[in-house]
Amino acid sequence: MPILAKWYDFRDLGNAIGALQDQILDWGAPDWVPYVVSGIIGVVGILLWLLVSQIIFIWIERRVIGLMHNRIGPNRVGPMGLLQGVADAIKLLLKEAITPRATDTILFWAAPIAIFIPAMVVFAVIPFGEGMVLSDLDVGVLFFVAIGSINTIAVFAAGWSSNNKFALIGAMRQIAMLISYELVQVFAILGVVIMVGSMRMVDFVEWQSGNDVWMFAIQPLALVAFIIAGLVEVNRSPADISEAESELIAGFHTEYSGIKFGFFYAAEYFATFALCGVIVTLFMGGWTLWGLEEWVPGFLIFLTKLYAVFFIFIWARGTLPRLRIDQLMAFSWKFLLELMFVNILVVGLETLIWREGGYDAATVLPIFAAINWVLAIGLAIFWARMLGHGTASSAGKRATLTQELGAIYYEGAGTPGA
Amino acid sequence: MEDTGTVVAFWALAIITIGSAFMVAAVRNLIHAVVFLVLSFLGVAGLYITLSADFVGVVQILIYSGAIAILVIFAIVLTPQAGRDNAETSMRLPAVVLSGLVATMLGYASIDTNWSISDRPGFEETASAIGVALLDKYILPFEIAAALMLVAMLGAIIIVRDEGTEGAAED
Repeated sequence: MPILAKWYDFRDLGNAIGALQDQILDWGAPDWVPYVVSGIIGVVGILLWLLVSQIIFIWIERRVIGLMHNRIGPNRVGPMGLLQGVADAIKLLLKEAITPRATDTILFWAAPIAIFIPAMVVFAVIPFGEGMVLSDLDVGVLFFVAIGSINTIAVFAAGWSSNNKFALIGAMRQIAMLISYELVQVFAILGVVIMVGSMRMVDFVEWQSGNDVWMFAIQPLALVAFIIAGLVEVNRSPADISEAESELIAGFHTEYSGIKFGFFYAAEYFATFALCGVIVTLFMGGWTLWGLEEWVPGFLIFLTKLYAVFFIFIWARGTLPRLRIDQLMAFSWKFLLELMFVNILVVGLETLIWREGGYDAATVLPIFAAINWVLAIGLAIFWARMLGHGTASSAGKRATLTQELGAIYYEGAGTPGA
Repeated sequence: MEDTGTVVAFWALAIITIGSAFMVAAVRNLIHAVVFLVLSFLGVAGLYITLSADFVGVVQILIYSGAIAILVIFAIVLTPQAGRDNAETSMRLPAVVLSGLVATMLGYASIDTNWSISDRPGFEETASAIGVALLDKYILPFEIAAALMLVAMLGAIIIVRDEGTEGAAED
């Protein structure tokens, strides 16, 4: 696909921008004007896409979860409830944003803004199509991780400044979760980076389209770990224990209302979209689909894949029960992290053999894929057994908390702690 | 440093970095101090990026704004006496004198040094250049640093671990 085709060639929205840049230069503007103009257009475009996607997906998510829960879901506002997202947005804008008296006012106002900025900045490195990346950074995927780690401070500021015990507990949980799962996320990415040999987001897509294979076929373990770690990082159910309604009211944003809550809500959605974008880029071939990108605009393929991945998150939210904090921590440190170490070792060895041996990609990659799939399934089962999970017991077992506390004891049900 | 954008970015980032570093010491509330510290780290990361060291800049955000700030927060939250207040201390004067001396020394050194400008063009990809250097020329310091970290981690675990609770944590 030529980078500078006619401006109406909408297979690549960069064409229109490129034509505009040339036009501005023709008018005799200084060099920096086209860059500023195209930068502003890119930012506004991404923001508009995000807001529209969010408003639509609020409705889709609630309807789909309604179907999964065997209930109806929102169906009153507009045809089939389609305007529910708009109604929600208007409600959030008009509601009074209460600031409780005992809060730390400056931090209380700064936290929603501080959580919103990183959630948007991440989109700078996500390639929507060929030539459609706002800033093709040399260290793109590391940038994604780094920006995600700033969230922690914002969440802590929100929880602390609320001066509310539930908010503070939620914030501390969020910090614990982010620290634990950031490692898993980085190691999952590292496996892909080793094989591709670059951290630039565009290179991941080009490697996958060049070798005619999606990365998740070669490294299934990394994808699963990345999705789980991402679920925790963006704080969505079943890992939303920092705002678990049943125990913490609403966690770190208990005291927030109106548009300030809206910022948290939007930031969570944006972070999830960004995560889906990174998953699609790293593991699912980005804007390519085995030649279809010649006929269909690349960004449409990318968005389709992104929404498909988002559906997995909705699915997980609709079906899986929420975990406890200790289960979540143990799962990260005792299970996922070890599997990721093994994954990196194996992928590193394979890449070394591939590079040193100079083999053909078409012969080597299927073998690697087979090895990695067997290894992934075998390791997951083996490690779970070793930790004492994964074996179904017909005898029935007391809940762990009951075993440890020995508090709930029913007569005739055996001795506590057995 | 010749084009306008870089100069504007440099001065803006310098003001953010130094201003928030000053506020860390000036504000009374410890949590506010941490937030200003994070802002200062972000300013330093921005300065790295204006120097085309994008890998170091991103790692600065990841390690300092992400991890170190959390460590500081934990330290504050776990300190019972400090609470929320950056209280009066008798060490204020010595601290001011010491930091003034350090600032003078660094300032003098940076003015006195003859900064030579290299003809070599900048690295195209800093990340891979750093990676190659770490695993090729500087492999021994790199491995020693890794071993040091491991020892520090093991030491922390041994200090924290109670003698009597072995095996009790498992179900």
